[in-house]
Amino acid sequence: MQSPVYTCSLDNVTQLINRIAEKMPVYGDFGSSKTTLSPKGFFLPALEKLYETAKINDSYKITPAPPENAPFVLLGIRACDAAAIEILDGVYLNDPIDPQYKARRHASYIVTFACETMGANCFCQSVNINPAAPKGDVKAWVKNGTFFWLAQSEKGERLTELLLDLLERTIPAGNDLLPVEPPDSAPALPLPADMLSAFNAPVWDNLHRACIACGTCTFLCPTCQCYDISSHECTENSEKTHCTRQWDACLYPGFTQMAHGNPRPSKKERFRQRFMHKLVYHMQKYGTSACVGCGRCVNKCPVNMNIVKVAHVLAQEEVNAYV
Amino acid sequence: MCNPNLGLIPFPARIIHITENTADTKTFRVVGEDEKKPFAHMPGQCAMLSLPGVGEAMFSISSASTNEEFYEFSIKRVGKLTSELHTLQVDSPITLRGAYGRPFPVNDVLIGQDLLFIAGGIGLAPLRSVIRYVFDNRDKYGAVDIVYGARSSADLVFLEEIQNEWTARPNTRVHLTIDREEEGWSGNVGFVPTYIKQLSFNPSKIALICGPPVMIKYSLATLIEMGFEKTQVYTTLEMRMKCGIGKCGRCNIGHKYACIDGPVFRCDEIDELPEEY
Ligand SMILES: Cc1cc2nc3c(=O)[nH]c(=O)nc-3n(C[C@H](O)[C@H](O)[C@H](O)COP(=O)(O)OP(=O)(O)OC[C@H]3O[C@@H](n4cnc5c(N)ncnc54)[C@H](O)[C@@H]3O)c2cc1C
Ligand code: SF4
Ligand code: FES
Repeated sequence: MQSPVYTCSLDNVTQLINRIAEKMPVYGDFGSSKTTLSPKGFFLPALEKLYETAKINDSYKITPAPPENAPFVLLGIRACDAAAIEILDGVYLNDPIDPQYKARRHASYIVTFACETMGANCFCQSVNINPAAPKGDVKAWVKNGTFFWLAQSEKGERLTELLLDLLERTIPAGNDLLPVEPPDSAPALPLPADMLSAFNAPVWDNLHRACIACGTCTFLCPTCQCYDISSHECTENSEKTHCTRQWDACLYPGFTQMAHGNPRPSKKERFRQRFMHKLVYHMQKYGTSACVGCGRCVNKCPVNMNIVKVAHVLAQEEVNAYV
Repeated sequence: MCNPNLGLIPFPARIIHITENTADTKTFRVVGEDEKKPFAHMPGQCAMLSLPGVGEAMFSISSASTNEEFYEFSIKRVGKLTSELHTLQVDSPITLRGAYGRPFPVNDVLIGQDLLFIAGGIGLAPLRSVIRYVFDNRDKYGAVDIVYGARSSADLVFLEEIQNEWTARPNTRVHLTIDREEEGWSGNVGFVPTYIKQLSFNPSKIALICGPPVMIKYSLATLIEMGFEKTQVYTTLEMRMKCGIGKCGRCNIGHKYACIDGPVFRCDEIDELPEEY
């Protein structure tokens, strides 16, 4: 059954947030744009402990880090980031399920917020995401000075129950359901059709040159999910160690370095990997591209390189191959 | 498909025996805490072996899955962790998690077939688990040919086991080769691919190749010349690995992950992947 739509006045939104915050931590707000950092760190922290070992009687006692399952709310997640969380779910909640990710994900309530305008360098519509209709446990939007609230999952309904005395049930007029008409839809980001010809395209020889392999794009990207694992001796007690997992980037040479050599020996191959993974490999494996058009990498790349350019140059290459 | 119970948390384990195979390779026998094997495995699968505080790395389980007492890992000293492992004594504790990866198809495709094993150097480690599995289920498979090469006789891992045990097995031929002449060496001298050509095998066999990338490449080319189809040849791809469960992204080749879709691949499957391994 479709949940009812609720409203409240803009002045009362703070009250809503405070009510939820009495029950559990709330992160984010219904601010004017998406956050600089993506929400992925709430589910896959930049650094986390996986387990500890203690050497007792010449044997290792292994203690896994306890799952983090205390409920929390993310407020104001945009359509792009909500789509990105689904992409991460596809990786981490598929067998074998990642228990740490699953605990945090199940503990989370995601309240999304519809975009009224496209931000600078945003291109979610080019990857088939409607910024005015975000997914999430609850979707919120503002129209004509009124705040709208619609639960989209069982979790969303539980959250709504906390707020019933602050919300008013409405039967919205058809055009109230969307904050604004979705901004004019942009031309689709061209995705290479053939994996091997995109991989072998000569354009990579030049495309990578500007890239300084700083990894900013991978850390900002809401869908980049690669990690490293390492083991450390505790400084206080040499019989104890902890094993951590941390974000990593395929742009770094050490990512694939092996004793007998590196299958991606130069920046060209590493640069190619990042974009091939986003635009082609993920599509082939999961049926969607791994770019949600949030534009963070476009905004922050220090040498002004970006996935939109790469996709268009590759597409041009494909066209050239057929004429 | 990937075992849904696999994770990143290891089991405590212990080394119970060490054999020095060559100047840089040792074989470690490992058991879990209660002297048992904490997880099952199939030939060609790998496990993550770690020394807490030092590091963790993927190694092929070189013993047969039919061995119920222990795992064996044949480990070449190449860097930080492997050097540290080489200093360990019997009874040293380590940690272990697995088993990872797609095994060789020992219970379907290989059944009833004549098998040709081709290995170079430490590449014999993953094939040894298949070879020993075949010996333990001898009547299920046809003739066995093993071509094994290394730089010198001192670099042939498991040489004693091969000479004392393998050559005595029924319907089994072992062909050893080393790169350069040596005093007292009665086997062949020359590179593995050249030797395969001389031996000229019937292309009705199923071939399993493991070793350095160049050796795999030229051996495969030689087999194709002899009339083998790529669908009859299996090999393993070695990529750097961290998680072993298709999440950390490290072993990605095209849309495949070597840790779950491999490390064993049929050679025609490799043709569909970007050449980046
Ligand atoms: C599926 C699979 C099966 C395997 N089976 C076996 C087996 O049966 N037997 C076996 O001996 N080996 C096997 N290996 C290889 C084994 O995993 C490596 O030899 C092992 O990881 C080396 O670890 P290390 O800590 O000793 O070396 P490291 O110290 O990690 O590295 C070795 C070299 O890599 C380079 N390197 C490492 N990290 C970096 C970095 N961050 N930046 C730059 N350079 C770096 C250095 O040049 C260094 O000399 C297998 C690997 C895979 C993937
Ligand atoms: S590749 Fe760039 S635009 Fe696409 S989702 Fe990642 S950070 Fe956003
Ligand atoms: S080792 Fe992590 S994805 Fe394969």
